[in-house]
Amino acid sequence: MRRGTGINWLAVYAVAYMVFLYAPAILLPIFAVNDSTIIAFPLRGFTGKWFADLWSSEALQASALNSLYVAVSTCIVSTLLGVCAARAATRYPFPGKKGIMGFIMLPLVLPEIIVAVALLVVLVQLGLDLSLWTVVLGHVLVCTPFSIAVLSSAFQGMDRSLEEASLDLGETRFNTFRRVTLPLVMPGIISSLLITFTISLDEFIIAFFLTGTDATLPVYIWSQLRFPAKLPSVMALGTILLLVTIVLLILAEWFRRRSTARRGEDISIAGGLA
Amino acid sequence: MTMVASSTSVASTAKPQKPRLNKDGASGLTLISPPLLYALLMLAAPLLMVITFSFWTQNYLDIDRTLTLKNYAEAWTDPLYRLLMLRSLAISGVVTVVTVLLAFPIAYYLSFRVTKHKALWIFLITIPFWTSYLLRVFLWKVILGYNGVFNSGLKMLGLITEPLTFILYNANAVVIALAHAWAPFAILPIFISLEKIDRSLLEAAEDLGDGPVRRFFRVTLPLAMPGVIAATLIVFIPTVGDFVTPKLVGGNDGLMIANMIQVQFGKANNAPLGAALAISAMLIVALISFVFIWLNRRFTTGDGK
Amino acid sequence: MSDIPTAADARTIIDARNVTKHYGDVKALDGISAEIREGEFFSLLGPSGCGKTTLLRMIAGFDELTSGTIAINGEPMAGVPANLRPTNMVFQSYAIFPHLTVAENVAYGLRRKKLPKEELQREVEAALEMVDLGGYGPRASHAMSGGQRQRVALARALIMRPKVLLLDEPLSALDKKLREQMQVELRRLQRAVGITFILVTHDQEEALIMSDRIAVMFDGRISQLATPQELYRLPANRRVASFIGVMNFLDGTVIGEDGDAVHLDIAALGKVSVPKSQCKSRIDGTAPAHVGIRPEMLTILFDETEQAEREVTGTISDVVYYGDMTYYDVQLPGAEKPITISMRNTAGRAVLEIGATARVGWGSESIVVLD
Repeated sequence: MRRGTGINWLAVYAVAYMVFLYAPAILLPIFAVNDSTIIAFPLRGFTGKWFADLWSSEALQASALNSLYVAVSTCIVSTLLGVCAARAATRYPFPGKKGIMGFIMLPLVLPEIIVAVALLVVLVQLGLDLSLWTVVLGHVLVCTPFSIAVLSSAFQGMDRSLEEASLDLGETRFNTFRRVTLPLVMPGIISSLLITFTISLDEFIIAFFLTGTDATLPVYIWSQLRFPAKLPSVMALGTILLLVTIVLLILAEWFRRRSTARRGEDISIAGGLA
Repeated sequence: MTMVASSTSVASTAKPQKPRLNKDGASGLTLISPPLLYALLMLAAPLLMVITFSFWTQNYLDIDRTLTLKNYAEAWTDPLYRLLMLRSLAISGVVTVVTVLLAFPIAYYLSFRVTKHKALWIFLITIPFWTSYLLRVFLWKVILGYNGVFNSGLKMLGLITEPLTFILYNANAVVIALAHAWAPFAILPIFISLEKIDRSLLEAAEDLGDGPVRRFFRVTLPLAMPGVIAATLIVFIPTVGDFVTPKLVGGNDGLMIANMIQVQFGKANNAPLGAALAISAMLIVALISFVFIWLNRRFTTGDGK
Repeated sequence: MSDIPTAADARTIIDARNVTKHYGDVKALDGISAEIREGEFFSLLGPSGCGKTTLLRMIAGFDELTSGTIAINGEPMAGVPANLRPTNMVFQSYAIFPHLTVAENVAYGLRRKKLPKEELQREVEAALEMVDLGGYGPRASHAMSGGQRQRVALARALIMRPKVLLLDEPLSALDKKLREQMQVELRRLQRAVGITFILVTHDQEEALIMSDRIAVMFDGRISQLATPQELYRLPANRRVASFIGVMNFLDGTVIGEDGDAVHLDIAALGKVSVPKSQCKSRIDGTAPAHVGIRPEMLTILFDETEQAEREVTGTISDVVYYGDMTYYDVQLPGAEKPITISMRNTAGRAVLEIGATARVGWGSESIVVLD
């Protein structure tokens, strides 16, 4: 690669772009510890009281539990579906494969409001009460494509002859799956669980339409944004969520890399988006 | 014992096996059926339902199931809806162009200039994307506001004396917030297609006399087009349907069609009209996407996959 | 096609009859019949796409036959899955389980036998020692080099005591030096354990070095099945001849036959009588014939005193120096193309230059007549 002797403009641009990307994420913790109810500069000093406030809010704790419930259910179901789809897509040729896979991945590009509205109409028509479960139904739909993307790279990285070798050495198909396939894609499965959990935890639009009386965390945050006095606590909550998410993502990335470690250069979950 | 090997072409007497569908195909279909079934039940059926719904009418809580085009007539003729629809498309279009243009140099930088820790860079780019979406958009309000980070920063530098007002509660703010929100979705596909370019092709172009600029436009960019197209669609389609960003930072001039859909399903209690608006928006977006893909196929030679 | 002399007491271990495999309209295998003997080192040799790997995978049980039968040790294998067949395979990629240690890899197939722990360990260590990897058991398998992985794959398959060991291009991923070393070692190992080995390779030299018998395959058919010597000396046709080693082809005419000999008129060489055993083509009356001569079956007579059964004079048109050998292209009067002659570079022998005149010595024994 040719390198200019002067300023590397592309690198300068890259740094500026990263500042743009991180601007909101950096402000979040700053206002979470700023001793003022107004979210604006200049800063007023350090305080931990917004975090303390979180402890005393029952509505918040309830919504956190609701979100946990939804996210855990979502990540398990969508990863199970993702395992089936990724395995089928990477291992077997079957009629109509392209169309079927395209259809399953469709929620990736559908506006979420369409998914939410469509599910809402059906649920109302069926006379089902909106609840956390209806949120799970919607979340599984949008999370499964992400799970497939993560798991496809895990399944694809696996040399097919490893399974054949196991059969060749006398193992049954079931035991081959248990002794060879599963251990090899396990990092991918864990990574998929973490990523779908994270997406579900943060998803707002579908939850907003499909939840009943039980609010999830983003729905709770949305309701709080209207009350300026509550904003600093919301910032504190957002900070905690961001930290939790980063930890989960680092774990997910670590597991995913273990599953693809011997395949040279690899790229993140977006592998399935392109 | 005699050992004979021959390449005989004598017609085989063994019974012919059944043609496809073979074992692999059957296993594949069995495996794919749970996720497929789920998508059919939770996506295809609801979408069909919404389409049906859009031909019904609603009076407060009673639904009239006679089929009518009334909702569509209203959706397509009412000046307000038309304005919102056109504005949504315009904003999404601008967001897409801005996002992809801003993303390309980053993807290029990562692919061609960064030699160490590429995966770490990619990871760093995706991190802000995982901040709570609501809070991220809200924080743009803080940044762009009258006394926001941006204005106070410019004031401190002495570049302005009065805060700029054209950056919040209008379409500009929506564009900035969305360009931020969708950045990783634009960077990653472009990055992937740049990574796939065989580096010796670039050396070949140089060897054959192209300078860096010509080489970029004659080799790099055409080969990166699949990624650019993917990025364009991935950003354009969902942004048309966003209602959080316009609501939080768009003011009255920044409201989009999705806000109206939400209102129809909520306060206005006219779900069939909301459904008709949603279907109309989806059709228009799909149409634009297909035209875009078709144009690209037309004007790029080679396999425009 | 001629019968091959049989080893006295060799049993047939694999009996393939009329094996065909169609992928849509493409015939990957087109009526393969072959009997492979117990204890022999058998090679399937051919260019890529000739169907050799498909045949191997059918024996292993990974690919289904479109028609025909394969029997192993007298038992028909139709419907028998890979895990129940008495064969084991060394994969081209070696397929070493990356999540298991070397010892766990080798012990993988023994789990079902439920051996006591010590006996299992003993067996694994013995298998590793057999492939010169004694003491490597606790190592992480993905930290092994290419050559070591291959040995692990061998140990893992041999510990199963298969009736037949299948090797799918096992040496193709190794560099030249290591490959040559492994060729000799594999051969030695096969003799030591006495198991039938079936090797798939596209490398003719490898097949010649290692095999007891070789099946040369083109386009889904076996063109010739013979010992390495016979294959080299008397290839069945021009395609086999040019796939294995180098062969000069000359046009000729059959001008008659009597008893054991065929009389030929060969372009540039003249009339000669050849024993019928050197004719792979059917001889009927006077007909055009294709004559083949290996480069080492011709000599350049450097010295006035050197003599050969027959002699012809030509001009050297190209010289390629290989160190131990020199290959000369010699244009003979009346020949369409130059013929290639290989000469060992012995002490005191100069390398001739292009344009020099050369006396070429040959004899009726140098010649084969091909289809």
